Amino acid sequence: MALQIVESCVNCWACEPLCPSNAIYEAKPHFLIDAKKCTECDGDYADVQCASICPIEAAIVDSQGVALNPYGSLTNIPLEKLRQHGIIDKLAA
Amino acid sequence: MTEMTASGCSESSCGSTADQLSHLPEHIREKVHNHPCYSEQAHHHFARMHVAVAPACNIQCNYCNRKYDCANESRPGVVSELLTPEQAIKKTLVVASEIPQMTVLGIAGPGDPLANPERTFQTFQALSETAPDIKLCVSTNGLALPEHVEELSKHNIDHVTITINCLDPEIGAKIYPWIFWKNRRIKGVKGAKILIEQQQKGLEMLTEKGILVKVNSVMIPGVNDKHLAEVSKVVKSKGAFLHNIMPLIAEAEHGTYYGIMEQLGPTQAELKELQDACEGDMNMMRHCRQCRADAVGLLGEDRGSEFTLDKIEAMEIDYSSAMEKRKVVHDNIAAELARKEEEKAQGVQFVSLDSLRKTAKPKPQLRSVLMAVATQGGGIINQHFGHAKEFLIYEVASDNVKLIGHAKTDQYCSGNNTCGDGETVLQKLIRSLDGCEVVLSAKIGYEPWEQLEEAGIIPNSEHAMEPIEEALLAVHKEMAESGALEEKTEAGLRATA
Ligand code: SF4
Ligand code: SF4
Repeated sequence: MALQIVESCVNCWACEPLCPSNAIYEAKPHFLIDAKKCTECDGDYADVQCASICPIEAAIVDSQGVALNPYGSLTNIPLEKLRQHGIIDKLAA
Repeated sequence: MTEMTASGCSESSCGSTADQLSHLPEHIREKVHNHPCYSEQAHHHFARMHVAVAPACNIQCNYCNRKYDCANESRPGVVSELLTPEQAIKKTLVVASEIPQMTVLGIAGPGDPLANPERTFQTFQALSETAPDIKLCVSTNGLALPEHVEELSKHNIDHVTITINCLDPEIGAKIYPWIFWKNRRIKGVKGAKILIEQQQKGLEMLTEKGILVKVNSVMIPGVNDKHLAEVSKVVKSKGAFLHNIMPLIAEAEHGTYYGIMEQLGPTQAELKELQDACEGDMNMMRHCRQCRADAVGLLGEDRGSEFTLDKIEAMEIDYSSAMEKRKVVHDNIAAELARKEEEKAQGVQFVSLDSLRKTAKPKPQLRSVLMAVATQGGGIINQHFGHAKEFLIYEVASDNVKLIGHAKTDQYCSGNNTCGDGETVLQKLIRSLDGCEVVLSAKIGYEPWEQLEEAGIIPNSEHAMEPIEEALLAVHKEMAESGALEEKTEAGLRATA
């Protein structure tokens, strides 16, 4: 039971201070979640904190690799526009 | 002498030579006097800088892409190197020692300074103690403002800027897709409503404490353009001392919602029309540069590359001796500004006598003209057209010159013989001078000369190294004498829109 930060993270620091388990740490090229510490906020908050503030779609994924904030869910930009501008990479699309 | 401009503005400001700040109470004018962001004169002589210590944000704006700096105060598409508070303190002290004209330090992103309170206040604390001759300012989206008003009042804060784009949550939902509030992400109208309430509450709390508040608004045609006059009225009634309406800048390559959805920004003429409409209610700021957050230096110059992290870290500073030198420089500039004001005051006297005579025997009404100027500071036309990083936009009447804005450029020529894809950059630049009829620079090449003429803009380098205001009045006079100014048409202002 742990979330993961992937390469689209822009290193904005927003998630790090919110984590109730101190699982998030600065790393290169992007922030990471320590899978041993992450509790998915169970018992602390109704919503997972990191994915509730993260501004970048698809930067945080669950153990199945599914994005907590899918493309288009935060910016409201239609998917075909995201594809057209090369923002969704081919793998994710 | 009161003549209406093409876009029609309020009586209180039209054709008057009065400083836009002259209605403010004395103690506020005092603060504003040497402020490079507020005082039109000081703008040429003092410098400001930003430090990027606050990376996190607690809301999303549709004109922002979090890969880049916060678009509320910086230019979109700019990435600043994130500094720790220690690095930011050192950088500020180094720059202040090297550029004594630097008097204002801002914390404005890349995120929201108040969403990163520890980093922001650690920086402020140290600078208030070590460098009391630097004014501190902070800009915020307002969401976390009420809870930090008390702490803000403890530091040497010159003013707080709140970006307020609307009062109506329905409009807000079209600008802010979500906020992060009390450990949840809240989307749509509900989120916008909370944000608006917090902004208004924060504004009221700050003015109650006597802290200066400036309000920034981004003008988004078709979204909040009709609503901003109301915003202006309300923030004034709550004690904001200045309102700065900035044009939306939306480019698809910035990857923002508005950029990708091809939302248009306003033209210079539309922006000016709205600013004119608001001016009767509120002191408007017309000359905001929408500076790049990483720019350092005087108007028109950027010395940011002299102050990279490795260079700063290698430098030793003795701030108390630097402070003495700074004082000498500041006193000299203040004396110079006072001298200019004196001259201007005498000029006004002369003009008003003259205008009395005009009423007796009326001359044909001359319209005012928008002119663009390339300068590297000091209030002189001293920049080559191709090297200009920005153009100052002036509204010039026969007896009055008013700085109303800035047009930013990607430098069209980097100074070599070959300009790479210079042509497209030049086209873009010419488009950004939309509405201007003349552009003045110290020098201009043959190719841009031709293209400007084709676009209906007159290039002029006859006034190289002359003071800006005098040169502009002279050009207006020449145009008047050639009979170019007797027709006043709306089309003139929107020519290239
Ligand atoms: S889900 Fe919760 S516990 Fe896990 S990293 Fe995110 S904030 Fe920390
Ligand atoms: S909030 Fe998202 S983008 Fe920011 S550091 Fe955390 S994972 Fe990266």
